[in-house]
Amino acid sequence: MTRVRIPPTLREQTGGQRELVAEGDTVRDLLDDLTSRFPALEDQLPFANVYLEGEDVRTLDGLDTEVNPGSTVILLPAMAGGS
Amino acid sequence: MPSYRELLQQVRAEISELDSERARELIDGGEPVVVDVREQDEWDEGHIPRAVHIPRGHLESRIERAAPDPSRRVLLYCSAGNRSAFAAKTLEEMGYEDVVSLAGGFTDWKRNGYPVELQSGLDAPRRARYSRHLLIPEVGEQGQLKLLESKILLIGAGGLGSPASLYLAAAGVGRLGIVDADVVDESNLQRQIVHSTERLGEAKVESAKRTIEALNPDVEVVAYKERLTSENVERILADGWDVIVDGADNFPTRYLVNDASIWHDIPVVHGSIYRFEGQVTVFKPGVGPCYRCLFPTPPPPELAPSCAEGGVLGVLPGVIGSLQANEALKLALGIGEPLIGRLLLFDALSAEFNEVKLRRDPDCPVCGEHPTITEYIDYVEFCAGTREPA
Repeated sequence: MTRVRIPPTLREQTGGQRELVAEGDTVRDLLDDLTSRFPALEDQLPFANVYLEGEDVRTLDGLDTEVNPGSTVILLPAMAGGS
Repeated sequence: MPSYRELLQQVRAEISELDSERARELIDGGEPVVVDVREQDEWDEGHIPRAVHIPRGHLESRIERAAPDPSRRVLLYCSAGNRSAFAAKTLEEMGYEDVVSLAGGFTDWKRNGYPVELQSGLDAPRRARYSRHLLIPEVGEQGQLKLLESKILLIGAGGLGSPASLYLAAAGVGRLGIVDADVVDESNLQRQIVHSTERLGEAKVESAKRTIEALNPDVEVVAYKERLTSENVERILADGWDVIVDGADNFPTRYLVNDASIWHDIPVVHGSIYRFEGQVTVFKPGVGPCYRCLFPTPPPPELAPSCAEGGVLGVLPGVIGSLQANEALKLALGIGEPLIGRLLLFDALSAEFNEVKLRRDPDCPVCGEHPTITEYIDYVEFCAGTREPA
């Protein structure tokens, strides 16, 4: 199981939860697990960066990056707000 | 009881002295920590280049910051070599192992025609206003003079721009540009602390200018009552800015600021906020990633609510905008480790900071090895959500 931090702009799709526990051996499995439970996430996730232990998975093996149990994943979509 | 003359002779016999010629050799070699122990007015009239100024009366309390390593040589000087002799004695008593005093002092140094650093210096009112900066070794008089010469451009005089502009102004940043087309609205006042109830309906740039000039008359505010666009960005940047603080409220402006900053080689202190969470980072062209490396494609508008649509806790821009001011001051001063290649995340509800690493994308269309975007595009269309994610 992996803890996934849900950013505020995605919380409406996760029933307001700030953190979810997901199952899977790779980043892709984790995200599939999340979208199977929260289908509304599916449209959003392509625009979110995924960080595993603070590293952008794009600089690792992307969606195929292996995830160790107990690690922390942060989902991060762009936010434009400043005012 | 010994007289002053006897005491001086006794101290001079106990410490090491050197003449101006030898002192210059050492200083040119970059070896010793050079400390000027004279008073402020003497220092202002000229001093040895690269010297640190610690008036004799503050020597014991401040020397450790200037010379943390007691085994490193310390060269002390005053005007004639007497005060520095006593100062050398004091440092030896504090455990400094290699202390020398310049015989003949600054007077002899000048007589030899050796280099003298003259600076405009801060006048007495400024010395009082910025006294808490002058006490910090990393800022000091040189740093404060640098801030007074600095030019920082703020995009937006809203939630983030309010605290950022106030702290930059209070710090004595000499010139602040502010770009914003809006007028002060009642719904702004829950967080936009540079404005006030009596300014309702006034242009935000004018309101901010009045607040800032009342806070610190040293600051010149350049007000741009317009929205930053591909058409005006070159004119605004032509006014010459050292740092951009991005507190925009929409994606087209974010991407425009990014592209312009890369082409003009200006670091951007980026901040964004939503509800209880904020992000801060520094995009420094050529050194770290840019906004497009981080977010190659903006999310479609329906998936990216703004603060006007989703709300924001009033204090959140206070936290994030202040962090932006902190980064901008560090960049202007050239101190510390700016948030380059690091994105700081703040969650107000859990009161937690997180940090993720950002990396340059070699295929970035603007800052990558083979850029494909080399001039301003239609940023509104780019962000209109007609594209597929990268």
